[in-house]
Amino acid sequence: MYETNYHRPSSVEEAVSLVGSTESGKFLSGGMSLLPAMKQRLAAPSDLVDLRHVEEMKGITVNGREVRIGGAVTHFEIKNSDEIKSVCYGLHHMASVLGDPQVRYMGTIGGSVANNDPAADYPAAMIALDATIHTSKRAVKASEFFVGLLETVLDDDEIVTAVSFTAPEISGYEKFRNPASRYAMCGVFVAKTGSTVRVGVTGAGADGVFHWDEAAQALSANFAPDAVANLSVDPGGMLSDLHGSSEYRANLVKVMAKRAVASAK
Amino acid sequence: MTKVAMKVNGRQVSGEVEGRTLLVHFLRENLGLTGTHVGCDTTQCGACTIHMNGQAVKACTILAAQAEGTDIVTIEGIATGGELHPMQAAFKQHHGLQCGFCTPGMIMASIDIVNRHGSDLDEQTVRHELEGNICRCTGYHNIVKAVLAAAGAQEQRQAAE
Amino acid sequence: MGIEGIGASVLRKEDKRFITGKGRYTDDMVVPGMKHAVFVRSPYAHAKIVNIDTSEAEAMPGVIGILNGKQLTEDGIGNLICGWMVHSKDGSPMNMGAWRPLAQDTVRYVGDAVAIVVADTRAQARDAADLVNVEYEELPVVTGVEDALAEGAPQIHPEAKNNLIFDWVLGDEQATADAFSKAAHVVKMDIVNNRLVPNAMEPRAALGVYDAAEDHYTCWTTSQNPHVARLVMSAFYNVAPENKLRVIAPDVGGGFGSKIYIYPEEIVCLWASKRTGVPVKWNCDRTEAFLTDAHGRDHVTHAEMAFDADHHILGLKVETKANLGAYMSLFSSATPTYLYATLLSGQYNIPAIHANVKAIYTNTTPVDAYRGAGRPEATYVMERMMETAARQLGVSPPELRRKNFIRSFPHQTPVIMTYDTGDFEASLNAAMQAIDYAGFASRRAESESRGKKRGIGMSCYIEACGIAPSAAVGSLGAGVGLWESAEVRVNAVGTIEILTGSHSHGQGHETTFAQLVAERFGVGIDSVNIVHGDTDKVQMGMGTYGSRSGAVGMSAIVKALDKVEAKAKKIAAHLMEADEGDIVIENGELKVAGTDKTLPWFQMALAAYTAHNLPSGMEPGLKEGAFYDPSNFTFPAGCYICEVEVDPDTGKTEILNFVAADDFGNIINPMIVEGQVHGGLAQGIGQALLEGCHYDPQTGQLITASYMDYTMPRADDLPSFQISHQTTPCPGNPLGIKGCGEAGAIGSPPAVINAITDAIGTNGLSMPASPQKVWAALHNA
Repeated sequence: MYETNYHRPSSVEEAVSLVGSTESGKFLSGGMSLLPAMKQRLAAPSDLVDLRHVEEMKGITVNGREVRIGGAVTHFEIKNSDEIKSVCYGLHHMASVLGDPQVRYMGTIGGSVANNDPAADYPAAMIALDATIHTSKRAVKASEFFVGLLETVLDDDEIVTAVSFTAPEISGYEKFRNPASRYAMCGVFVAKTGSTVRVGVTGAGADGVFHWDEAAQALSANFAPDAVANLSVDPGGMLSDLHGSSEYRANLVKVMAKRAVASAK
Repeated sequence: MTKVAMKVNGRQVSGEVEGRTLLVHFLRENLGLTGTHVGCDTTQCGACTIHMNGQAVKACTILAAQAEGTDIVTIEGIATGGELHPMQAAFKQHHGLQCGFCTPGMIMASIDIVNRHGSDLDEQTVRHELEGNICRCTGYHNIVKAVLAAAGAQEQRQAAE
Repeated sequence: MGIEGIGASVLRKEDKRFITGKGRYTDDMVVPGMKHAVFVRSPYAHAKIVNIDTSEAEAMPGVIGILNGKQLTEDGIGNLICGWMVHSKDGSPMNMGAWRPLAQDTVRYVGDAVAIVVADTRAQARDAADLVNVEYEELPVVTGVEDALAEGAPQIHPEAKNNLIFDWVLGDEQATADAFSKAAHVVKMDIVNNRLVPNAMEPRAALGVYDAAEDHYTCWTTSQNPHVARLVMSAFYNVAPENKLRVIAPDVGGGFGSKIYIYPEEIVCLWASKRTGVPVKWNCDRTEAFLTDAHGRDHVTHAEMAFDADHHILGLKVETKANLGAYMSLFSSATPTYLYATLLSGQYNIPAIHANVKAIYTNTTPVDAYRGAGRPEATYVMERMMETAARQLGVSPPELRRKNFIRSFPHQTPVIMTYDTGDFEASLNAAMQAIDYAGFASRRAESESRGKKRGIGMSCYIEACGIAPSAAVGSLGAGVGLWESAEVRVNAVGTIEILTGSHSHGQGHETTFAQLVAERFGVGIDSVNIVHGDTDKVQMGMGTYGSRSGAVGMSAIVKALDKVEAKAKKIAAHLMEADEGDIVIENGELKVAGTDKTLPWFQMALAAYTAHNLPSGMEPGLKEGAFYDPSNFTFPAGCYICEVEVDPDTGKTEILNFVAADDFGNIINPMIVEGQVHGGLAQGIGQALLEGCHYDPQTGQLITASYMDYTMPRADDLPSFQISHQTTPCPGNPLGIKGCGEAGAIGSPPAVINAITDAIGTNGLSMPASPQKVWAALHNA
């Protein structure tokens, strides 16, 4: 990788001001996407501002069904949280199938949400949970936060400090992994509260994560795997690559949605 | 160049590194701990797996500077008093290695698996938990056997400590 | 056998250093003053080099030197060559194009080395390499064999018109045509054998050290055969005379064929060390490995098999186009010819066979032998054909095979090989029993009740190991002899060193070779050391590939042990005043049979070195060497059966059970042999289910250039394996062993594909059977 300067702030304020003072600095959270990109010389930030030591971005709080997860919370911490497990099975399950064990220790929810990789898992959960993304500047609904492939509303000097949501009554997540990279080739998160169902889809859409309105509607009427059986997904809106054509991904969206409903708790 | 300091295999160490220096290169080149290997560029093969503050992580995707102040254990640091760690012993006993290149990372990841699961492990769990480590020689058959066998022994040793 | 002798599952002596992080691989080596190299590589698959401007790069911090192909040519460094001459059917020699270690005028694949940057640190070398400004003029690109042969295709080497390297035939064309004219049924198939990347976990590396005072070079390198590396670098590449070049292959992290070849990088590092005056180390990163390690397989085949009305095979016709990539790698010509077409009789009586192989240049990474080398391709053709024939003829797959098995030995096939021994039915029976073949129907019904599709498929493979004898391979075009050497040194205290030309990079030689000594002399394996991998220590050797280290390497050791034993007995007989013929060696003692007279092994050894009381005329010391040249190949064979379940919704295949029944002849260490089978199976299953190279046909870019896109088998992709052995000892070598290193990779791919196609009910499916492909096959069926 190109040479870079490492900084370790202890507050959000300090982190923001540090990045602002650099030529092309970037925030470094778990580093599980940024560092590999830098190693391949696909990214060359002049400075890295490490967020893993910012106390205010740590910790999970669950009050009743209100959940707040700090941006620097790792996948492992989410997977390991009994509180998350008890109020939001889908997110707990997602964190336990995300990456591999070593990656789960380092990677953070804030980093993943901010990066918005089209094959990342959390964006699907954020969309389905109708989560709020809290940044160093504002609070944004997930549906507005994610803009496109690797794109969000974040400014260069803006940090995802936390995410929050009201836990659904039941939720589930199923994904089909890219056989090589093991990233999601299609991941579907379903969340149901009362008669409202939301369906977040990652890995498949040509524009990144999306809410599958038709499925949400069908599942609101009948929360059962068969409810999505007759829906069709337009391959035209799907990603296509070596491992999954758009037709194949369109199929996977439906299959994973059925399975997420079936496994939802 | 910046100075980094951390504990490695129980000893306080420090060194001068560039901002971009990866932890694995600090271990291998500054400290001469060449048991930790680099097998890929994309954080997938796990040959560089070490323990940082008790957790198995990939040293190829952590800057040395990020590890400042941490407690690092590498493959060279797990045998105590000349006695192999139960996971090391199990890899030998069950022929869980051939060329040996992925082995240090496999062992470090496997110790972490047992740390999290205890002896409550089955074949399927071990296979899933090894997702972050690639071996080209063994077909994983004997690695899985070794981890399952070591699970009980490692737990016993930890209970005794 | 004793607890450490032949047949015992002795734990490996070499393990301790690997499990404690004390293995010493090439990249672990540090020498005083060592600097680091990064290669500047072509980003284009085919282009003219117009200009190389290094001025900006040379100004970067830490840069010591930047060297290019012109300087390499000035210094007389030779072309990389293919060491096996194959002739076309018209008698003309193969059309080999020039391969410069650093491309001078033209680059021919993405990754072709253009320049080397030497700097204080690897990072600095990389920074500078990025600033070497190479001006290219792009040329049209071709990546596939059909396109490369087409009229008007880009011409890759001037020496090979229409990119055709050779057009080779084997077998009797007329006899085969006659056989087909009598056929009651003909089965025809188009078969693709997918291109693979070997992916040894240790990336290649080289450390070149030039000592100006001695005018001597040392090269540490990731090699399966350091002596061959030295020979080739001396005799053909003009790096240095053999006596001025030491090649050391220390611990090597897997090879699978990819570390047989002498690549540009080690040549250039040695040369650059002299040019720059510093030791030069290069360590490959993974993407670089994907681009530059010799790839494997890549055949496109049309095959036809003729049967009589009673389902006996009458004849086989095979036409194969083999993609050799942009340059001819060291043994690239042998792999799709003498290691492939010679195995096209499989386990079957086939009266007439005719094979035609065209080898073709493309703008892709060079292709050479990868675990199995030709035999996986042959087995895939044979066993896909047999399974397809059974389906088309409406007979059971095992019965069709049984009906055509070769049952008497030796058996001369129509394609050169003389099979020495075997019992194919024994392995078939063992495998069918192990997997409960008879109970499959009810298991399939159970899967169907869960909405899944279950299938079973088999593969009866035969392969050839220990490629030999030297005179025969020489007559077929090999540039080297394929013997092995060994030296047994008994020290004065009775401990033993075995120096071998075989190289261990995972195979466990340090243990199995010591077991031979334990068996012979009854000494513990801890008192035996295996020395290998260093041209200064071991006189000469041909290295490890083609599953030859057992059949050939160990046989050389046996020959040397015979000589040591003979001398030891003479010494013992002399000291105990007995007849030489009455001396027996047991449990570390030399005994006079029928008496209580004994002489400890170490005392005999000491006597050999004190030389105070030796038989008249005997030389002091106890050290013997041997060269062993086999009389024939060996022929491991077996039957693999795979049972799969396919998820029709996603196309994902799960391997539920995989049984291997192999005949490797006698086995030295069952634990190690089974480990070799496990690894081979994983690679074969990987080929069938997961792995495959994909080039962009327009640009020649390798799309699958990292683990993000190339699917390496991981633990949860594979099952545990059930393994058994059926033994017919090999009559061709003193140990009766055949070789086990490649069988798993050779036999398994067709078993997997036969199982999946059985599950989904459609025969047309190419490797790798990725979920997407299987889903599409189901969807379109």
